[in-house]
Amino acid sequence: MSAWNTWERVLLALLALLLLVFGFAQPGFMTPDALADSTFNFSEKGILALALALLIIAGEIDLSIAAILALCSLAMGYAMKAGAGPWGMTLAAFVTGGVAGAVNGVLVTRYKLPSIVVTIGTLSLYRGLALVALGDQAISGYPEAFSIVGNSYLGELVGVRGLIIPIEFAILLVCALLVGITLHRTVAGRRLYAIGANPIAARFSGIEVDRYRMALFVFAGLMAALAAVMLTGRIGSTRPNIAMGWELDAITMVILGGVAIEGGRGSIVGTMLAVLLLGLFTFAMGMANVTGIVMSMVIGALLIVSMVLPRLLQRKGATA
Amino acid sequence: MNALKSIRREWLLLAIIVAIALAVGVRAPVFLTWRNGLDIANDSAILAILVMGQMLVLLTRGIDLSVASNLALTGMVCALIGKAWPGASVPVLIVLALALGALLGAVNGWLITRFGLPPIVVTLGTLSAYRGAIFVASKGAWVSDQDIHEVIKGLPREVWLGLPALVWFAIAVLVLSTVFLKLRREGREIYALGGNPLAAAYVGISPRKCLMRVYTLSGMLAGLAGLLWVGRYSIAYTELAAGYELTVVAACVIGGVSIGGGVGTVAGAALGVLFIGVVNGALPVIQVSPFWQQAIAGAVILISVTVNARAERRGGRQILERKTTTLDNTQGAVA
Repeated sequence: MSAWNTWERVLLALLALLLLVFGFAQPGFMTPDALADSTFNFSEKGILALALALLIIAGEIDLSIAAILALCSLAMGYAMKAGAGPWGMTLAAFVTGGVAGAVNGVLVTRYKLPSIVVTIGTLSLYRGLALVALGDQAISGYPEAFSIVGNSYLGELVGVRGLIIPIEFAILLVCALLVGITLHRTVAGRRLYAIGANPIAARFSGIEVDRYRMALFVFAGLMAALAAVMLTGRIGSTRPNIAMGWELDAITMVILGGVAIEGGRGSIVGTMLAVLLLGLFTFAMGMANVTGIVMSMVIGALLIVSMVLPRLLQRKGATA
Repeated sequence: MNALKSIRREWLLLAIIVAIALAVGVRAPVFLTWRNGLDIANDSAILAILVMGQMLVLLTRGIDLSVASNLALTGMVCALIGKAWPGASVPVLIVLALALGALLGAVNGWLITRFGLPPIVVTLGTLSAYRGAIFVASKGAWVSDQDIHEVIKGLPREVWLGLPALVWFAIAVLVLSTVFLKLRREGREIYALGGNPLAAAYVGISPRKCLMRVYTLSGMLAGLAGLLWVGRYSIAYTELAAGYELTVVAACVIGGVSIGGGVGTVAGAALGVLFIGVVNGALPVIQVSPFWQQAIAGAVILISVTVNARAERRGGRQILERKTTTLDNTQGAVA
């Protein structure tokens, strides 16, 4: 339950190894600019991974999270067409995300359905609605403010030249800090572990399990909305297939981060280390001209190896 | 009692399908012709084959997310072999597709049983890994119409006894699955394991063998589906059938197969496939944008699982059974 464990150390070592190997092997990788730019590719996924980490620790899952992102991006587009300003559009995204998450939550808590089935259904439903609304069209021409959020650096915002931290990455770090403190330093956070480890025992010890589950699904919807604002700002357009398949990427990050898929174990430190590890790895391989699909193969293999290794080591330790 | 309920459920689903077909037929009589029926059957055949494999896995409380990647990888390998070896014949290709698919499925089964890993994570990993392997095998190139071997293209287009070969394949798989699940000991063990793994272990069922078997079978059927898919659409490329695994799971859920394991029939799953086929076939006929397909499938999944859950609760799980139902709930969340 602690935020700093063996697995986190392993991830940190892997991250150091990755930086070392690619730092030597790939010229131009270890420059501040390259490292700063690499964060653009995983900041939004990292936001989704944070929400999924909480859900998976509590024994639930949300496969519809990337589809909610698409709906939120769509809501921004429609709000813009209706004449809303940047704040109105952001509000539209968050309301949509909250409602979509609440639908998942109601189905899981009120009707006692397994969250994997519910969110496979809503994944199809939400993505389908985005398709129905947009067809093969796209919405673009978003206000400048979003492009700044998506593409600029913190230094440009506050007027310090050397501060080349992208705003997106800063948002991710702030979110990670808030989620991490909530999970590891508050009563609510400890209760999530209790719910994930044994929901029935948790209920009997007076935790309003369903209320927490509901809150987590709404939270996932809101985080998807935040990611939608960032991503829509960064690429400047909304298509129905925006962020397609990202739910699996984000789940891979969470699992690699040491969160147990059966719930009750995991940390935000581990999740963030896995986000960095996978993000930097993808970026470095990209610099080495390896195509995305081969990278996904390596990541898939990595996911399995990361699950198998600890069990092999455990077994050895037990017999010795 | 349990059997009676599931029978009633299947009749209800059948009635809904017939009602949809009739309603569409009233607006567009062309929908109720034999020819259109064959089209729908043809479109549903590959899905039916995949659904049978997925159902076996779901019955054991697992899930196989790698089926679409397995399908695409096997399809690509068959296409490449057909391209490189003009002397290939149908039986050889079918055996090859079955063997390769079974091998890929066995890898899933081995990882799950040998290391005790959760199926959803393992198959999520192999989903990416197999998909990447297609790119490596084909070097990213498409195998297009003129390079697909004649016999691969010809296979789904053959007509035997008035029915397309694809439909015969699906029928064969459905019949074999029924025999396997109803009459074979190995099939009954799957239900036992999914219904209560602990009790199954006590009566001497080896979970390891049983799981290994279902994942291998699921992979084998995915391999067969891959060969047929490449033949039917006469193209093979890296992104082939990407995301199709969710449609397969959806058809199972609509057909009443429980994600929580132990519940599901061949007839129900087949009706789930038919439902998706009829809806997809009906939309263009009544001039609804095909973009609605996905949204409707999603809504139907949600409705059918909600209805299922209510029926189960009304069926009166007794207080005595509470322990197992609560176990089911926690296991369901895991799966």
